[in-house]
Amino acid sequence: MSKGMKEGISGYLFMTPTIFTIGVFVVIPILYAFYLSLNDVQLLGGIGYEFIGLENYTRTLDDTRAMIALKNTAEYVLIVVPVQTCLALLLAAALNSNIRGKNAFRIIFFLPTVTSSAVLTIIFMWMYNPDGLINTFLSFLSLPTYNWLADPDIALKSIMIMNIWATAPFFMVIYLAAMQDISDSVYEAATIDGANWWQKFIFITVPILKPVTFFVVVMGVIGTFQLFDQSYIFSGGSGGPNNSTLTVVLLIYQYAFKSLDMGYASALAVVLAFIIMIVTIIQKKFFGEEKLHD
Amino acid sequence: MKKKTFTKPFVYGILIIYAVVTFMPFLWAILSSFKPLEEIVSGITFFPENFTLNNYTEIFSREPLFLRWMFNSLFITAFMVVLNIIFNSMAGYALARVKFAGRKFWFFLILVVLMIPFQVTLIPSYLILKAFGWLDTYQGLIIPGMVNATFIFMMRQFFLNFPKELEEAAQMDGLSRIGTFFKIVMPLAKPALAAQAVFIFMSSWNDFMRPLIIMSSEEMFTLTLGLNSFKGQYISFWNLIMAASTLMTIPSLLIYAFFNRYFIKGVTFTGGK
Repeated sequence: MSKGMKEGISGYLFMTPTIFTIGVFVVIPILYAFYLSLNDVQLLGGIGYEFIGLENYTRTLDDTRAMIALKNTAEYVLIVVPVQTCLALLLAAALNSNIRGKNAFRIIFFLPTVTSSAVLTIIFMWMYNPDGLINTFLSFLSLPTYNWLADPDIALKSIMIMNIWATAPFFMVIYLAAMQDISDSVYEAATIDGANWWQKFIFITVPILKPVTFFVVVMGVIGTFQLFDQSYIFSGGSGGPNNSTLTVVLLIYQYAFKSLDMGYASALAVVLAFIIMIVTIIQKKFFGEEKLHD
Repeated sequence: MKKKTFTKPFVYGILIIYAVVTFMPFLWAILSSFKPLEEIVSGITFFPENFTLNNYTEIFSREPLFLRWMFNSLFITAFMVVLNIIFNSMAGYALARVKFAGRKFWFFLILVVLMIPFQVTLIPSYLILKAFGWLDTYQGLIIPGMVNATFIFMMRQFFLNFPKELEEAAQMDGLSRIGTFFKIVMPLAKPALAAQAVFIFMSSWNDFMRPLIIMSSEEMFTLTLGLNSFKGQYISFWNLIMAASTLMTIPSLLIYAFFNRYFIKGVTFTGGK
């Protein structure tokens, strides 16, 4: 056997598990998802398909719950991503200054990242109880208290607060790693010119970190668009109270696995995937062009 | 100099306040798991006034499946970790080092997979698993997740910088590609494998959505699902729920404590650095 052929065979031997898994559970499902989204799918007994063209897609426009889910998800992304990104950046900057106990802080900050979202949500649900820890603390400070879980105006915000708290430290570590690569000489030059801590942060650190910020924002957007665990556990799967915690992924789950309307659920999933990809491309354009001016 | 003395306490202030904000929910949950129910319903106490371990034993007597859920989670996670480490490294190595026809295409496909939101594949994958008869089974949860595009990509980057001389020496000694990989390359890739293992452990142990969809009988639940149904059943027994939550979190905390530096390495690896 020639050396080239041997290489070819061992290459494919190494790739077999990957090709099988990605083929069967990613590539085929993507094509299958498009097919499902163009059909009315019946799951009784076997699977029955009836081709209905784009009807599943046009149906989303008349679906009030789909619109509510989209609005909730958009609101969630627009608030959570900027707040968690800024918080991550500030925490990283604070940790990167010359202080003691860095490791201890880092270990504590990281606890929410290693804990499951199910456990975090359950702990927060308990703290959010009408007479729970958070309201007790607020009334101790003479601040207004809220019905965090049952008030439709507040419930989504309760999840936002919890998620910002849980995710910001993960992005902080990414920022911190990038900050440690910035050479000291840049800061020394600025110090000689009389720049203070804040000026150095705004005019040196933030611009240098732009590519990292791109990554953090993209990951943040993708993660927040996919919100599911928290709103599912929070509302017992319903998206309540009054649809206020209904997200796009939760709605997809409800249609696919509760109403068994897999065609329509697939159409919603395809729409969600397109939205995520378009937002990512727009962000790349935005950050990419900015970068050219540096 | 004056500015410095102002900034330092300020930075410490921020970090300490945030550390308290982060730590408090955990501390309160753990402390509450040692309180009897009467103490929890009678108002807010911080430290347990009547310290008890009963909650922990009561979980197992009230919910006989709790032990089974723990086993399921451990079993599935162990398989996921081992299979991912081997398969992701094999693919990453082939893409970095082995010259085979179609290599560029497969690498491109991995990059595409990285960008696909997994909700699109969720429903079709469910139907495929149903066709295989793999719903409500261990393999239904393990097989679709036994490779991971992110870590194939990471391993490829790792192997691109791997010293070629070692492999050449091994091949001179008559080892095949596969022998070289398992006997020479893998042992030297330990730090990258550890980072990967920690991440796969966390994501499998903490996964909620996939088990929710695939597992339907209570005996097959993972701990995350079990915890959720336990919460539903014993909604006002917060002492028990907190004890169960604590039990669920201990393995993650142990892994994190032992592999802290690999965890950080993994974050920055996947963080595009």
